[in-house]
Amino acid sequence: MIPAVEIVDVARRFGSVQALAGVDLTVEPGEFFGLLGPNGAGKTTLISILAGLTRADRGAARVLGHDVVSDYRMSRRMLGVVPQELVFDPFFTARETLKIQAGYFGIRDNDDWIDEILHHLDLTERADANMRALSGGMKRRVLVGQALVHKPPVIVLDEPTAGVDVELRQNLWAFIRKLNRDGHTIILTTHYLEEAEALCSRIAMLKAGKIVALDTTQNLLSSFAGLTVRLTAERLPEQWHARVQRREENTYLLSLADYAELETLLEALRSQGIAIGELSLHEADLEQVFLRIMKRAA
Amino acid sequence: MVPALGSGWLTLLYKELLRFWKVSFQTILAPVLTALLYLLIFSHVLESHVSVFDGRVRYTAFLIPGLVMMSVLQNSFANSSSSLIQSKITGNLIFVLLPPLSPLNVFSAYVLGAMVRGIVVGLGVLLVTLWFEPLKVEHPLWAIAFALLGSGILGTLGLIAGIVADKFDQLAAFQNFLIMPLTFLSGVFYSIHTLPPFWQTLSRFNPFFYMIDGFRYGFFGLSDVAPEASLAFVAGCCAALGALTLWILKSGYKLRH
Repeated sequence: MIPAVEIVDVARRFGSVQALAGVDLTVEPGEFFGLLGPNGAGKTTLISILAGLTRADRGAARVLGHDVVSDYRMSRRMLGVVPQELVFDPFFTARETLKIQAGYFGIRDNDDWIDEILHHLDLTERADANMRALSGGMKRRVLVGQALVHKPPVIVLDEPTAGVDVELRQNLWAFIRKLNRDGHTIILTTHYLEEAEALCSRIAMLKAGKIVALDTTQNLLSSFAGLTVRLTAERLPEQWHARVQRREENTYLLSLADYAELETLLEALRSQGIAIGELSLHEADLEQVFLRIMKRAA
Repeated sequence: MVPALGSGWLTLLYKELLRFWKVSFQTILAPVLTALLYLLIFSHVLESHVSVFDGRVRYTAFLIPGLVMMSVLQNSFANSSSSLIQSKITGNLIFVLLPPLSPLNVFSAYVLGAMVRGIVVGLGVLLVTLWFEPLKVEHPLWAIAFALLGSGILGTLGLIAGIVADKFDQLAAFQNFLIMPLTFLSGVFYSIHTLPPFWQTLSRFNPFFYMIDGFRYGFFGLSDVAPEASLAFVAGCCAALGALTLWILKSGYKLRH
Protein backbone atom coordinates (compact mmCIF):
# COMPACT_ATOMS: atom_id res chain seq x y z
CA MET A 1 0.00 0.00 0.00
CA ILE A 2 1.31 3.48 -0.84
CA PRO A 3 1.98 5.42 2.37
CA ALA A 4 -0.09 8.56 2.93
CA VAL A 5 3.10 10.39 3.81
CA GLU A 6 6.65 9.23 3.33
CA ILE A 7 9.60 11.25 4.55
CA VAL A 8 13.06 9.92 3.75
CA ASP A 9 16.21 11.37 5.33
CA VAL A 10 14.91 14.94 5.19
CA ALA A 11 17.30 17.59 6.47
CA ARG A 12 17.05 21.37 6.54
CA ARG A 13 19.33 24.01 7.98
CA PHE A 14 18.48 27.70 8.51
CA GLY A 15 21.79 29.51 8.99
CA SER A 16 23.39 28.01 12.06
CA VAL A 17 20.24 26.18 13.13
CA GLN A 18 19.79 22.58 12.02
CA ALA A 19 15.99 22.56 11.92
CA LEU A 20 15.78 18.96 10.66
CA ALA A 21 18.66 16.52 10.86
CA GLY A 22 17.72 13.54 8.73
CA VAL A 23 14.12 12.62 9.51
CA ASP A 24 12.57 9.35 8.32
CA LEU A 25 8.86 8.89 8.81
CA THR A 26 6.00 6.97 7.24
CA VAL A 27 2.32 7.60 7.89
CA GLU A 28 -0.12 4.99 6.63
CA PRO A 29 -3.40 5.85 4.93
CA GLY A 30 -6.25 6.34 7.37
CA GLU A 31 -4.01 6.94 10.39
CA PHE A 32 -4.61 9.67 12.96
CA PHE A 33 -0.96 10.55 13.53
CA GLY A 34 0.51 12.89 16.11
CA LEU A 35 3.65 14.91 15.59
CA LEU A 36 4.79 16.27 18.93
CA GLY A 37 7.77 18.19 20.17
CA PRO A 38 8.80 21.31 22.03
CA ASN A 39 8.95 24.69 20.27
CA GLY A 40 11.75 24.72 17.72
CA ALA A 41 11.82 20.91 17.41
CA GLY A 42 11.25 21.08 13.64
CA LYS A 43 7.56 20.14 13.41
CA THR A 44 6.51 23.16 11.36
CA THR A 45 9.60 22.87 9.13
CA LEU A 46 8.69 19.26 8.42
CA ILE A 47 5.11 20.23 7.60
CA SER A 48 6.32 23.11 5.43
CA ILE A 49 8.54 20.74 3.44
CA LEU A 50 5.61 18.39 2.98
CA ALA A 51 3.44 21.29 1.78
CA GLY A 52 6.09 22.65 -0.58
CA LEU A 53 6.48 25.88 1.41
CA THR A 54 10.07 25.06 2.34
CA ARG A 55 12.65 23.12 0.39
CA ALA A 56 14.69 20.40 2.01
CA ASP A 57 18.49 20.48 1.81
CA ARG A 58 18.43 16.74 1.25
CA GLY A 59 16.05 13.81 1.32
CA ALA A 60 12.61 13.33 -0.19
CA ALA A 61 9.01 13.82 0.90
CA ARG A 62 6.04 12.21 -0.78
CA VAL A 63 2.28 12.49 -0.32
CA LEU A 64 0.47 9.33 -1.47
CA GLY A 65 3.49 8.53 -3.59
CA HIS A 66 3.74 11.97 -5.22
CA ASP A 67 7.05 13.74 -4.67
CA VAL A 68 6.49 17.23 -3.24
CA VAL A 69 9.04 18.77 -5.63
CA SER A 70 8.96 16.84 -8.91
CA ASP A 71 5.23 16.04 -8.75
CA TYR A 72 4.08 19.05 -6.72
CA ARG A 73 0.76 19.48 -8.49
CA MET A 74 -0.48 16.05 -7.42
CA SER A 75 1.11 16.13 -3.97
CA ARG A 76 -0.52 19.48 -3.18
CA ARG A 77 -3.87 18.25 -4.45
CA MET A 78 -3.61 15.35 -1.99
CA LEU A 79 -2.77 17.58 0.97
CA GLY A 80 -4.75 20.04 3.10
CA VAL A 81 -2.78 22.12 5.58
CA VAL A 82 -4.03 24.20 8.49
CA PRO A 83 -1.16 26.60 9.16
CA GLN A 84 -0.11 27.51 12.66
CA GLU A 85 -0.19 31.28 12.10
CA LEU A 86 -3.58 32.96 12.28
CA VAL A 87 -3.60 34.43 8.77
CA PHE A 88 -6.47 35.67 6.63
CA ASP A 89 -7.20 37.89 3.65
CA PRO A 90 -8.98 41.01 4.96
CA PHE A 91 -10.69 41.71 1.64
CA PHE A 92 -13.07 38.76 1.77
CA THR A 93 -15.86 37.13 3.76
CA ALA A 94 -15.53 33.66 5.27
CA ARG A 95 -17.60 32.12 2.47
CA GLU A 96 -15.65 33.96 -0.26
CA THR A 97 -12.42 32.81 1.37
CA LEU A 98 -13.52 29.16 1.19
CA LYS A 99 -14.82 29.45 -2.37
CA ILE A 100 -11.66 31.17 -3.57
CA GLN A 101 -9.52 28.52 -1.88
CA ALA A 102 -11.52 25.77 -3.59
CA GLY A 103 -11.08 27.61 -6.89
CA TYR A 104 -7.30 27.58 -6.49
CA PHE A 105 -7.58 23.79 -6.65
CA GLY A 106 -9.71 24.03 -9.78
CA ILE A 107 -12.84 22.96 -7.91
CA ARG A 108 -16.17 24.47 -8.89
CA ASP A 109 -19.76 24.16 -7.82
CA ASN A 110 -18.92 22.78 -4.39
CA ASP A 111 -21.37 24.99 -2.50
CA ASP A 112 -22.89 22.00 -0.69
CA TRP A 113 -19.51 20.95 0.69
CA ILE A 114 -18.68 24.52 1.69
CA ASP A 115 -22.05 24.77 3.47
CA GLU A 116 -21.26 21.50 5.26
CA ILE A 117 -17.83 22.76 6.31
CA LEU A 118 -19.33 26.01 7.56
CA HIS A 119 -21.96 24.04 9.50
CA HIS A 120 -19.48 21.65 11.12
CA LEU A 121 -17.18 24.52 12.04
CA ASP A 122 -20.12 26.46 13.49
CA LEU A 123 -19.57 29.33 11.05
CA THR A 124 -22.86 29.32 9.12
CA GLU A 125 -24.22 32.42 10.83
CA ARG A 126 -21.03 34.39 10.20
CA ALA A 127 -20.35 33.03 6.71
CA ASP A 128 -20.98 36.36 5.01
CA ALA A 129 -19.10 38.48 7.54
CA ASN A 130 -15.77 39.96 6.53
CA MET A 131 -12.82 38.03 7.92
CA ARG A 132 -11.73 41.10 9.88
CA ALA A 133 -15.00 41.01 11.82
CA LEU A 134 -14.50 37.42 13.05
CA SER A 135 -13.05 36.48 16.43
CA GLY A 136 -9.67 34.73 16.65
CA GLY A 137 -11.33 31.35 17.19
CA MET A 138 -13.57 31.87 14.15
CA LYS A 139 -10.63 32.87 11.99
CA ARG A 140 -8.86 29.70 13.14
CA ARG A 141 -11.89 27.64 12.10
CA VAL A 142 -11.96 29.30 8.67
CA LEU A 143 -8.33 28.20 8.32
CA VAL A 144 -9.43 24.64 9.07
CA GLY A 145 -12.18 25.02 6.47
CA GLN A 146 -9.70 26.26 3.87
CA ALA A 147 -7.63 23.11 4.35
CA LEU A 148 -10.70 20.96 3.73
CA VAL A 149 -12.33 22.67 0.72
CA HIS A 150 -10.71 20.37 -1.82
CA LYS A 151 -11.42 17.22 0.23
CA PRO A 152 -7.76 16.21 0.51
CA PRO A 153 -7.05 12.60 1.47
CA VAL A 154 -4.26 13.79 3.79
CA ILE A 155 -4.93 16.61 6.25
CA VAL A 156 -2.20 18.27 8.29
CA LEU A 157 -3.34 20.27 11.31
CA ASP A 158 -0.60 22.44 12.79
CA GLU A 159 -1.90 23.59 16.19
CA PRO A 160 -5.51 23.81 14.98
CA THR A 161 -7.16 24.44 18.33
CA ALA A 162 -4.97 27.26 19.63
CA GLY A 163 -7.35 30.01 20.73
CA VAL A 164 -10.49 27.93 20.14
CA ASP A 165 -12.77 27.58 23.17
CA VAL A 166 -13.50 24.20 24.75
CA GLU A 167 -16.97 23.61 23.32
CA LEU A 168 -16.00 24.53 19.79
CA ARG A 169 -12.83 22.48 20.14
CA GLN A 170 -14.97 19.43 20.86
CA ASN A 171 -17.10 20.16 17.76
CA LEU A 172 -13.97 20.56 15.69
CA TRP A 173 -12.53 17.24 16.89
CA ALA A 174 -15.83 15.48 16.26
CA PHE A 175 -15.68 16.76 12.67
CA ILE A 176 -12.02 15.77 12.24
CA ARG A 177 -12.76 12.31 13.71
CA LYS A 178 -15.58 11.92 11.20
CA LEU A 179 -13.19 12.82 8.37
CA ASN A 180 -10.73 10.24 9.74
CA ARG A 181 -13.47 7.59 9.88
CA ASP A 182 -14.32 8.47 6.27
CA GLY A 183 -10.77 7.52 5.32
CA HIS A 184 -8.84 10.80 5.53
CA THR A 185 -5.35 10.56 7.00
CA ILE A 186 -4.84 13.11 9.74
CA ILE A 187 -1.49 14.45 10.93
CA LEU A 188 -1.75 16.58 14.01
CA THR A 189 0.68 18.78 15.87
CA THR A 190 -0.55 20.22 19.12
CA HIS A 191 0.65 21.42 22.48
CA TYR A 192 -2.51 20.01 24.06
CA LEU A 193 -1.09 16.55 24.76
CA GLU A 194 -4.36 15.24 26.15
CA GLU A 195 -5.84 15.88 22.69
CA ALA A 196 -3.05 13.94 21.02
CA GLU A 197 -3.47 11.10 23.53
CA ALA A 198 -7.21 10.92 22.92
CA LEU A 199 -7.07 11.23 19.12
CA CYS A 200 -3.85 9.84 17.73
CA SER A 201 -3.25 6.16 17.17
CA ARG A 202 0.47 6.70 16.57
CA ILE A 203 2.83 9.43 17.65
CA ALA A 204 6.25 10.71 16.65
CA MET A 205 8.17 12.97 18.99
CA LEU A 206 10.71 15.38 17.57
CA LYS A 207 13.52 17.12 19.36
CA ALA A 208 16.19 19.33 17.80
CA GLY A 209 15.28 18.14 14.32
CA LYS A 210 15.41 14.42 15.11
CA ILE A 211 12.75 11.84 15.86
CA VAL A 212 13.33 10.70 19.43
CA ALA A 213 10.27 8.46 19.75
CA LEU A 214 7.93 6.83 17.27
CA ASP A 215 5.35 4.27 18.32
CA THR A 216 1.66 3.66 18.86
CA THR A 217 0.18 5.86 21.55
CA GLN A 218 -0.60 2.76 23.63
CA ASN A 219 2.97 1.46 23.44
CA LEU A 220 4.39 4.85 24.34
CA LEU A 221 2.11 5.08 27.36
CA SER A 222 2.88 1.57 28.60
CA SER A 223 6.60 1.46 27.86
CA PHE A 224 7.52 4.83 29.27
CA ALA A 225 4.82 5.58 31.73
CA GLY A 226 4.49 3.38 34.78
CA LEU A 227 2.77 4.98 37.74
CA THR A 228 3.04 8.19 39.64
CA VAL A 229 2.49 8.17 43.42
CA ARG A 230 1.61 11.29 45.32
CA LEU A 231 2.64 10.72 48.90
CA THR A 232 2.50 12.91 51.99
CA ALA A 233 4.91 11.85 54.75
CA GLU A 234 7.37 13.55 57.11
CA ARG A 235 10.30 11.98 55.29
CA LEU A 236 11.18 9.41 52.64
CA PRO A 237 13.48 6.34 52.96
CA GLU A 238 16.94 7.13 51.65
CA GLN A 239 16.81 4.62 48.78
CA TRP A 240 13.70 6.30 47.31
CA HIS A 241 15.13 9.79 47.05
CA ALA A 242 16.33 9.17 43.47
CA ARG A 243 12.74 8.44 42.39
CA VAL A 244 11.35 11.79 43.47
CA GLN A 245 10.07 13.80 40.51
CA ARG A 246 8.91 16.76 42.53
CA ARG A 247 8.65 17.74 46.19
CA GLU A 248 6.39 20.32 47.80
CA GLU A 249 7.16 20.43 51.54
CA ASN A 250 6.07 16.99 52.82
CA THR A 251 4.38 15.93 49.60
CA TYR A 252 6.44 13.80 47.24
CA LEU A 253 5.71 12.88 43.63
CA LEU A 254 7.40 9.54 42.92
CA SER A 255 7.63 7.50 39.74
CA LEU A 256 7.07 3.73 39.90
CA ALA A 257 7.68 1.19 37.14
CA ASP A 258 4.53 -0.81 38.00
CA TYR A 259 2.07 -1.73 40.75
CA ALA A 260 4.52 -4.29 42.25
CA GLU A 261 6.90 -1.45 43.15
CA LEU A 262 4.15 0.13 45.22
CA GLU A 263 4.35 -2.71 47.70
CA THR A 264 8.15 -2.29 47.92
CA LEU A 265 7.67 1.40 48.69
CA LEU A 266 5.03 0.75 51.35
CA GLU A 267 7.23 -1.87 52.98
CA ALA A 268 10.16 0.53 53.12
CA LEU A 269 7.94 3.15 54.76
CA ARG A 270 6.59 0.65 57.29
CA SER A 271 10.04 -0.73 58.14
CA GLN A 272 11.29 2.78 58.98
CA GLY A 273 8.12 3.67 60.89
CA ILE A 274 7.19 6.50 58.58
CA ALA A 275 3.53 7.39 58.79
CA ILE A 276 1.66 8.07 55.55
CA GLY A 277 -0.45 11.23 55.58
CA GLU A 278 -2.05 10.90 52.16
CA LEU A 279 -1.42 8.63 49.19
CA SER A 280 -2.83 8.67 45.67
CA LEU A 281 -1.91 6.75 42.54
CA HIS A 282 -2.00 8.04 38.96
CA GLU A 283 -1.38 6.18 35.76
CA ALA A 284 0.97 8.28 33.67
CA ASP A 285 -0.43 10.25 30.74
CA LEU A 286 1.12 11.37 27.49
CA GLU A 287 2.37 14.58 29.06
CA GLN A 288 4.54 12.61 31.49
CA VAL A 289 5.72 10.32 28.70
CA PHE A 290 6.56 13.37 26.63
CA LEU A 291 8.51 15.00 29.45
CA ARG A 292 10.49 11.84 30.15
CA ILE A 293 11.35 11.31 26.49
CA MET A 294 12.43 14.91 26.08
CA LYS A 295 14.55 14.67 29.24
CA ARG A 296 16.10 11.41 28.08
CA ALA A 297 16.89 12.92 24.67
CA ALA A 298 18.57 15.98 26.17
CA MET B 1 -20.10 34.66 -6.77
CA VAL B 2 -16.89 32.83 -7.70
CA PRO B 3 -17.10 31.74 -11.33
CA ALA B 4 -16.99 28.08 -12.28
CA LEU B 5 -13.41 27.23 -13.09
CA GLY B 6 -11.34 24.45 -14.47
CA SER B 7 -8.00 25.49 -13.08
CA GLY B 8 -6.69 27.55 -10.24
CA TRP B 9 -5.11 30.44 -12.06
CA LEU B 10 -8.45 31.91 -13.16
CA THR B 11 -9.58 32.00 -9.53
CA LEU B 12 -6.36 33.76 -8.59
CA LEU B 13 -7.06 36.29 -11.35
CA TYR B 14 -10.63 36.66 -10.11
CA LYS B 15 -9.34 37.20 -6.57
CA GLU B 16 -6.93 39.87 -7.82
CA LEU B 17 -9.75 41.67 -9.65
CA LEU B 18 -12.15 41.39 -6.71
CA ARG B 19 -9.45 42.71 -4.40
CA PHE B 20 -9.07 46.05 -6.18
CA TRP B 21 -12.75 46.27 -7.09
CA LYS B 22 -13.73 46.09 -3.41
CA VAL B 23 -11.68 49.22 -2.73
CA SER B 24 -12.39 50.96 -6.04
CA PHE B 25 -12.53 54.44 -4.48
CA GLN B 26 -8.86 54.05 -3.65
CA THR B 27 -7.77 51.98 -6.63
CA ILE B 28 -9.76 53.52 -9.50
CA LEU B 29 -11.43 56.81 -8.63
CA ALA B 30 -8.50 58.36 -6.73
CA PRO B 31 -5.97 57.95 -9.59
CA VAL B 32 -8.54 59.25 -12.09
CA LEU B 33 -8.98 62.36 -9.95
CA THR B 34 -5.21 62.79 -9.65
CA ALA B 35 -4.78 62.64 -13.45
CA LEU B 36 -7.61 65.12 -13.89
CA LEU B 37 -5.90 67.56 -11.53
CA TYR B 38 -2.66 67.20 -13.51
CA LEU B 39 -4.57 68.00 -16.68
CA LEU B 40 -6.32 71.03 -15.23
CA ILE B 41 -3.16 72.51 -13.73
CA PHE B 42 -0.68 71.78 -16.51
CA SER B 43 -3.01 72.65 -19.37
CA HIS B 44 -4.03 75.90 -17.67
CA VAL B 45 -0.44 76.95 -17.05
CA LEU B 46 1.24 75.68 -20.23
CA GLU B 47 -1.38 75.64 -23.01
CA SER B 48 -0.37 79.00 -24.40
CA HIS B 49 3.38 78.56 -23.78
CA VAL B 50 4.21 75.14 -25.16
CA SER B 51 4.15 74.07 -28.77
CA VAL B 52 4.26 70.37 -29.56
CA PHE B 53 4.70 68.54 -32.86
CA ASP B 54 5.35 71.94 -34.53
CA GLY B 55 2.02 73.29 -33.37
CA ARG B 56 0.00 70.55 -35.06
CA VAL B 57 -1.40 69.34 -31.71
CA ARG B 58 -2.73 71.48 -28.87
CA TYR B 59 -0.81 71.05 -25.60
CA THR B 60 -3.90 69.89 -23.68
CA ALA B 61 -4.60 67.26 -26.34
CA PHE B 62 -0.92 66.20 -26.24
CA LEU B 63 -1.10 65.87 -22.48
CA ILE B 64 -4.13 63.54 -22.37
CA PRO B 65 -2.57 60.36 -23.86
CA GLY B 66 0.48 60.92 -21.66
CA LEU B 67 -1.66 61.14 -18.54
CA VAL B 68 -3.71 58.13 -19.58
CA MET B 69 -0.59 56.04 -20.12
CA MET B 70 1.04 57.32 -16.93
CA SER B 71 -2.05 56.21 -15.00
CA VAL B 72 -2.05 52.83 -16.74
CA LEU B 73 1.61 52.27 -15.85
CA GLN B 74 1.51 53.47 -12.26
CA ASN B 75 -1.66 51.59 -11.38
CA SER B 76 -0.52 48.37 -13.00
CA PHE B 77 2.63 48.51 -10.90
CA ALA B 78 0.69 49.43 -7.76
CA ASN B 79 -1.75 46.54 -8.14
CA SER B 80 0.60 43.59 -8.38
CA SER B 81 3.20 45.02 -6.00
CA SER B 82 0.74 45.97 -3.25
CA SER B 83 -1.23 42.74 -3.53
CA LEU B 84 1.86 40.60 -3.21
CA ILE B 85 3.56 42.55 -0.43
CA GLN B 86 0.34 42.69 1.60
CA SER B 87 -0.07 38.94 1.24
CA LYS B 88 3.55 38.39 2.19
CA ILE B 89 3.48 40.62 5.23
CA THR B 90 0.10 39.45 6.55
CA GLY B 91 1.04 35.84 5.79
CA ASN B 92 -1.99 35.02 3.65
CA LEU B 93 0.26 34.34 0.65
CA ILE B 94 0.29 30.80 2.03
CA PHE B 95 -3.17 30.31 0.50
CA VAL B 96 -1.64 30.84 -2.95
CA LEU B 97 1.47 28.77 -2.19
CA LEU B 98 -0.34 25.68 -0.90
CA PRO B 99 -2.50 24.91 -3.98
CA PRO B 100 -1.08 23.32 -7.14
CA LEU B 101 -0.53 26.64 -8.93
CA SER B 102 2.47 26.70 -11.25
CA PRO B 103 4.86 29.68 -11.52
CA LEU B 104 3.17 30.51 -14.85
CA ASN B 105 -0.27 30.41 -13.17
CA VAL B 106 0.85 32.82 -10.46
CA PHE B 107 2.63 35.09 -12.93
CA SER B 108 -0.25 35.32 -15.40
CA ALA B 109 -2.91 35.90 -12.73
CA TYR B 110 -1.03 38.67 -10.92
CA VAL B 111 0.07 40.39 -14.14
CA LEU B 112 -3.34 40.16 -15.84
CA GLY B 113 -4.99 41.49 -12.69
CA ALA B 114 -2.55 44.40 -12.72
CA MET B 115 -3.15 45.03 -16.43
CA VAL B 116 -6.92 45.14 -15.92
CA ARG B 117 -6.62 47.67 -13.12
CA GLY B 118 -4.17 49.80 -15.11
CA ILE B 119 -6.38 49.80 -18.19
CA VAL B 120 -9.59 50.45 -16.23
CA VAL B 121 -7.95 53.48 -14.60
CA GLY B 122 -6.57 54.56 -17.99
CA LEU B 123 -10.03 54.35 -19.55
CA GLY B 124 -11.43 56.34 -16.63
CA VAL B 125 -8.83 59.05 -17.14
CA LEU B 126 -9.52 59.09 -20.88
CA LEU B 127 -13.28 59.41 -20.40
CA VAL B 128 -12.98 62.23 -17.89
CA THR B 129 -10.33 64.19 -19.76
CA LEU B 130 -12.07 63.88 -23.12
CA TRP B 131 -14.76 66.09 -21.68
CA PHE B 132 -12.15 68.88 -21.62
CA GLU B 133 -10.49 68.16 -24.96
CA PRO B 134 -12.21 65.92 -27.53
CA LEU B 135 -9.67 63.65 -29.25
CA LYS B 136 -9.72 61.55 -32.36
CA VAL B 137 -7.84 58.28 -32.12
CA GLU B 138 -5.93 57.94 -35.40
CA HIS B 139 -4.52 54.42 -34.89
CA PRO B 140 -6.45 52.67 -32.11
CA LEU B 141 -4.63 49.34 -32.52
CA TRP B 142 -1.28 51.02 -31.84
CA ALA B 143 -2.69 52.65 -28.73
CA ILE B 144 -4.15 49.34 -27.53
CA ALA B 145 -0.88 47.49 -28.22
CA PHE B 146 1.17 49.97 -26.17
CA ALA B 147 -1.39 50.05 -23.37
CA LEU B 148 -1.33 46.26 -23.14
CA LEU B 149 2.45 45.97 -23.30
CA GLY B 150 3.02 48.91 -20.93
CA SER B 151 0.58 47.61 -18.33
CA GLY B 152 2.09 44.12 -18.73
CA ILE B 153 5.61 45.44 -18.11
CA LEU B 154 4.61 47.44 -15.06
CA GLY B 155 2.47 44.61 -13.70
CA THR B 156 5.53 42.37 -14.04
CA LEU B 157 7.80 44.95 -12.41
CA GLY B 158 5.26 45.20 -9.59
CA LEU B 159 5.41 41.46 -9.13
CA ILE B 160 9.22 41.55 -8.95
CA ALA B 161 9.11 44.44 -6.47
CA GLY B 162 6.52 42.60 -4.35
CA ILE B 163 8.70 39.49 -4.28
CA VAL B 164 11.95 41.31 -3.51
CA ALA B 165 10.60 43.78 -0.92
CA ASP B 166 10.27 42.56 2.66
CA LYS B 167 8.70 45.74 4.03
CA PHE B 168 6.32 48.40 2.77
CA ASP B 169 9.05 51.06 2.87
CA GLN B 170 11.25 48.98 0.56
CA LEU B 171 8.36 48.83 -1.88
CA ALA B 172 7.81 52.57 -1.48
CA ALA B 173 11.49 53.13 -2.31
CA PHE B 174 11.06 51.07 -5.48
CA GLN B 175 8.02 53.14 -6.39
CA ASN B 176 9.38 56.57 -5.47
CA PHE B 177 12.97 56.21 -6.66
CA LEU B 178 12.46 54.15 -9.79
CA ILE B 179 8.91 54.04 -11.14
CA MET B 180 7.96 57.65 -10.38
CA PRO B 181 11.08 59.32 -11.88
CA LEU B 182 11.03 57.09 -14.94
CA THR B 183 7.35 57.91 -15.50
CA PHE B 184 7.66 61.65 -14.96
CA LEU B 185 10.79 61.87 -17.13
CA SER B 186 9.30 59.88 -19.98
CA GLY B 187 7.62 62.66 -21.91
CA VAL B 188 4.20 62.61 -20.26
CA PHE B 189 4.23 66.40 -19.96
CA TYR B 190 6.52 67.34 -22.87
CA SER B 191 7.90 66.20 -26.19
CA ILE B 192 11.56 65.22 -25.89
CA HIS B 193 12.33 67.46 -28.91
CA THR B 194 11.86 70.42 -26.58
CA LEU B 195 14.73 69.14 -24.38
CA PRO B 196 18.44 69.99 -24.69
CA PRO B 197 20.42 67.31 -26.65
CA PHE B 198 21.88 65.68 -23.51
CA TRP B 199 18.47 65.13 -21.95
CA GLN B 200 17.05 63.98 -25.26
CA THR B 201 19.74 61.29 -25.44
CA LEU B 202 19.17 60.30 -21.82
CA SER B 203 15.41 60.03 -22.41
CA ARG B 204 16.04 57.45 -25.09
CA PHE B 205 17.41 55.11 -22.38
CA ASN B 206 14.13 55.34 -20.49
CA PRO B 207 11.84 52.44 -21.49
CA PHE B 208 8.80 54.39 -20.26
CA PHE B 209 9.46 57.02 -22.93
CA TYR B 210 8.85 54.44 -25.70
CA MET B 211 5.60 53.27 -24.06
CA ILE B 212 4.21 56.78 -23.82
CA ASP B 213 5.50 57.96 -27.18
CA GLY B 214 4.08 54.87 -28.91
CA PHE B 215 0.76 55.23 -27.12
CA ARG B 216 0.58 58.87 -28.16
CA TYR B 217 1.23 57.84 -31.78
CA GLY B 218 -2.00 55.86 -31.60
CA PHE B 219 -3.89 59.10 -30.94
CA PHE B 220 -2.19 61.60 -33.26
CA GLY B 221 -0.24 59.55 -35.80
CA LEU B 222 2.76 61.63 -34.62
CA SER B 223 5.60 60.54 -32.36
CA ASP B 224 9.17 61.37 -31.34
CA VAL B 225 10.39 57.90 -32.34
CA ALA B 226 9.13 55.57 -35.10
CA PRO B 227 6.31 53.54 -33.51
CA GLU B 228 7.66 50.29 -34.95
CA ALA B 229 10.95 50.83 -33.12
CA SER B 230 9.12 51.70 -29.90
CA LEU B 231 6.91 48.62 -30.21
CA ALA B 232 9.90 46.34 -30.78
CA PHE B 233 11.74 47.81 -27.78
CA VAL B 234 8.72 47.62 -25.48
CA ALA B 235 7.83 44.08 -26.59
CA GLY B 236 11.46 43.04 -25.99
CA CYS B 237 11.37 44.52 -22.47
CA CYS B 238 8.08 42.76 -21.79
CA ALA B 239 9.41 39.37 -22.89
CA ALA B 240 12.70 39.76 -20.98
CA LEU B 241 10.99 40.85 -17.76
CA GLY B 242 8.41 38.08 -18.10
CA ALA B 243 11.15 35.46 -18.47
CA LEU B 244 13.06 36.90 -15.49
CA THR B 245 9.94 36.89 -13.30
CA LEU B 246 9.04 33.33 -14.23
CA TRP B 247 12.58 32.26 -13.33
CA ILE B 248 12.31 34.05 -9.97
CA LEU B 249 8.95 32.42 -9.26
CA LYS B 250 10.28 29.01 -10.23
CA SER B 251 13.27 29.43 -7.94
CA GLY B 252 10.94 30.21 -5.04
CA TYR B 253 13.09 33.23 -4.15
CA LYS B 254 11.69 34.91 -1.01
CA LEU B 255 8.45 32.96 -1.37
CA ARG B 256 9.32 29.33 -0.67
CA HIS B 257 12.12 29.22 1.89
